[in-house]
Amino acid sequence: METAIPHLVEPHPVTGIPNGKFGIWLFLASEVMLFGALFSSYVLIRVGAPHWPPEGGLSSEVLNVPLGTFNTAVLITSSITMVLAWASCKMGSLPKFKLWMAATVGLALVFLVVKYFEYSDKFHHGHFPSHDNFYGIYFVLTGLHGLHIVGGIVVNTYLLTFGSKLWNVDREWFTNRVENAGLYWHFVDLVWIFLFPSLYLL
Amino acid sequence: MAEHAQSESPEEFKKHLGRYYVVFVALLCLTAITVGVSYLKLNRPLAIAVALIIATVKAGMVAAVFMHLISEKKVIYAVLVLTALFFALVLLIPSFTAYEGHHIITGT
Repeated sequence: METAIPHLVEPHPVTGIPNGKFGIWLFLASEVMLFGALFSSYVLIRVGAPHWPPEGGLSSEVLNVPLGTFNTAVLITSSITMVLAWASCKMGSLPKFKLWMAATVGLALVFLVVKYFEYSDKFHHGHFPSHDNFYGIYFVLTGLHGLHIVGGIVVNTYLLTFGSKLWNVDREWFTNRVENAGLYWHFVDLVWIFLFPSLYLL
Repeated sequence: MAEHAQSESPEEFKKHLGRYYVVFVALLCLTAITVGVSYLKLNRPLAIAVALIIATVKAGMVAAVFMHLISEKKVIYAVLVLTALFFALVLLIPSFTAYEGHHIITGT
């Protein structure tokens, strides 16, 4: 093999974990701040608004609650399939990993398709991000979250296809990669768990 | 958990899989409760409190079990404590400004 980066599999003596895992947690910490800043902006704008949504009515009447609920269930399901993909690696089965990982990617695509229908319905009614603060916040938060879903799909598809060749080289290394991708994926699920009630229901 | 799992045999590891299904079902139930409660049309402060408490419980379960934070290395806890501190700070910022800006920032 070419020059090996140390501590891909064995824990780093200082942190007690492999470097990749430490790296993904630091990345997630920065992600918390990214979404936190936007969420904080949402609170500020909303508290300052005489009515929310500004045009009147309720968020649950403006946004499609059944679709949002469905998408929440889809993401939660994709989280457990992701865990099972990693668990399959732990239990030494690449075919099972591929099955669960394919399910995870499939569910992520379902989420995006539903989001596409939600967005196109809003656009159809002339509700673009510039329409008012409600739609501005809605599109920025769900759009950024959607981009994270796309990122997860790219990484997970790589692990499902070309990336899985690593299984034959070093199983533990590959399993760590799946675990790290999983940590990211669960985080994306976790963000949605807060976004859904805050945007759709309250 | 991940750290212990490395030393476990696949059979031993398999025994722990149950917890993931338990959390999965709990997350779905809590989602149903959140949506159900929203139809009760509670007054706004109560509705916000209920929704955010349930969301926090759900997030806690995802973090503890799916992300196996329940048994992680100290360094990750250290990173997360620092993150939680700054996250709280960022969320507090609106409370310093909202008093002055109540009618300045409008919806349109």
